[in-house]
Amino acid sequence: MIELSHIHRNFRVGNQMVPALDNVNLSIAAGEYLSIMGPSGSGKSTLLNLIGLLDRPTSGIYRLDGEDVTVLSDRQQAEVRNRRIGFVFQAFHLVPRLTAAENVELPLILAGVPVAQRAERVERVLAALGLADRSHHKPEQLSGGQRQRVAIARATVMQPAVLLADEPTGNLDHKSGQDVAQILEQLNGGGITLIVVTHDLAIGQRARRRLHMLDGRLERDSGASGG
Amino acid sequence: MALAAGDIVRFGWGALRGYPVRTILMLIAMAIGVAAVVVLTSLGEGARRYISGEFAALGANLVIVIPGRTETAGISPTTLMGETPRPLTLPDAQALKRSYQVRRIAPLNVGSAKVGWRGRSREVVILGSSSELLDLRHWRMAEGRFLPSGDPERTAPVAVIGKKIRDELFGTQRPIGEWLRIGDRRFRVIGVLATAGRSMGFDVDEVVVVPVASAQQLFNTESLLRIVVEASSRAAIKPVKKFIIDTLQERHQGKKDVTVITQDAVLATFDRILGTLTYAVGGIAAISLAVAGILIMNVMLVAVSQRTTEIGLLKALGATPHQIVVLMLAEALLLTMLGAGIGLLLGELGSLLIRYLFPVLPAYAPCWAVLMALLVALLAGLLFSLLPARKAAKLDPVLALSRR
Repeated sequence: MIELSHIHRNFRVGNQMVPALDNVNLSIAAGEYLSIMGPSGSGKSTLLNLIGLLDRPTSGIYRLDGEDVTVLSDRQQAEVRNRRIGFVFQAFHLVPRLTAAENVELPLILAGVPVAQRAERVERVLAALGLADRSHHKPEQLSGGQRQRVAIARATVMQPAVLLADEPTGNLDHKSGQDVAQILEQLNGGGITLIVVTHDLAIGQRARRRLHMLDGRLERDSGASGG
Repeated sequence: MALAAGDIVRFGWGALRGYPVRTILMLIAMAIGVAAVVVLTSLGEGARRYISGEFAALGANLVIVIPGRTETAGISPTTLMGETPRPLTLPDAQALKRSYQVRRIAPLNVGSAKVGWRGRSREVVILGSSSELLDLRHWRMAEGRFLPSGDPERTAPVAVIGKKIRDELFGTQRPIGEWLRIGDRRFRVIGVLATAGRSMGFDVDEVVVVPVASAQQLFNTESLLRIVVEASSRAAIKPVKKFIIDTLQERHQGKKDVTVITQDAVLATFDRILGTLTYAVGGIAAISLAVAGILIMNVMLVAVSQRTTEIGLLKALGATPHQIVVLMLAEALLLTMLGAGIGLLLGELGSLLIRYLFPVLPAYAPCWAVLMALLVALLAGLLFSLLPARKAAKLDPVLALSRR
């Protein structure tokens, strides 16, 4: 479902062009569970942002469900992000003034989902993540693990095909990290394609397919697991 | 992907409440801008209305005929003295009554004489006129009645006195029916004027009014100082003026030797001057609005950098650039409307305070100024938020989200 061919991404640092991604070729099938590991600066976050359409490649073709998404306009890319991709960040990125439920509601608002349907969908996804009694709490009133679960609820409320997690356990203690990893895996079990970028070997090893990156290149690929 | 209006408002309102200091600062800026416009224009408008009101009280439809021809419009010392080869006379005044467009006329003669009652006496301005002067000047009576109507060429030993004269000569005694000495003649007091203040250059409460023919006898003259003519309407002023000039020219052997002054011309000039003043004041106020607008832009720019992560997040969640612009503009618009509303309230309160402190000044902000203030405020709010909003829409989500 995700097909990257000959992807290059260069960043300008001063006068020099520094390649962050160097001829990346990658094919990911629907429902895969993938981890991307590698040292800092190896390009794993850049790869994730590219897959999530937050960034555009300098050259190369990215096909999502067979459609070349690199040629889409900003507006069209935004719609793809809204409907087909969910993000989970290390820093959670919850809007502090909004309650858990309101944070989860954001993608629905942007998609123009009618009010009547929203409350029910938000409630359902929060309940599935064990946050039913936390829906009216502000982020500051929640623990780190709870915040990340709210973020996961927000990432999945639109029922996307792909869930992208950038160091999802990076800001959490071991126990909460395990919980979050488990939740992500459950979602993957439900059919969502899960891609996790991590430093944490223990988390990375849980994935069925493991990529190692170094200097912008795919160094090692444990191979498609076949979902 | 269209945002629902309710969601836009709710989101904007939430954002405003989420950053109270910024919101309050901007509200103050906006409110001061709008309040300044309202108060300043109400002051300008108040001054304009006050002055034109004063003129209207003199009678806006009045046409004043002065003997002598002066090129410069207005009252010069020579016209006041009535120094002219051909004086205005009572028959002249009577002749002016013949136009249907003339509602009233009052011949006027002025002199100074010693007025006494029993032991007391003082120098007083004596006004010789006719019964129509009362309505013509919008004077009111405190006691008794004004001069009797009838042939103005007939003398009558009656007098109407000003309030101050009554107080000084009669004290607490009733003046009606008493005989006054004016110069070497005797006049019976038939009324006391209620009106005070200045009119046509005299203090009304310090005059004694007698029939014009009696005044002419008293001062031993045939001439009149001026004739005051009231046209039937404002529109009639022009034809009346022409009628007067033509009539008097005919009566004076073809000589154009009178000056005709219409208050309307003076009034129009003042209206123009003060109208300009109001616009100038509005301009000053508009500058304060522009300043408020720039303040809004700065604070909005700060808001964008303050909320970089939030905007990056919205983009990651699938907000289109257009949606980001809409959200930011809606926020600014909410803020502006709220600020403008508060400003309007403050401005009206300010005008109220001015009217309370200076009751003579009808300080009401003109409708156009209020509308302009609101419109400019909204426009400034939108315009000055456009730049920050577009900046927000162009934000690179990767960079925005990597900042903590």
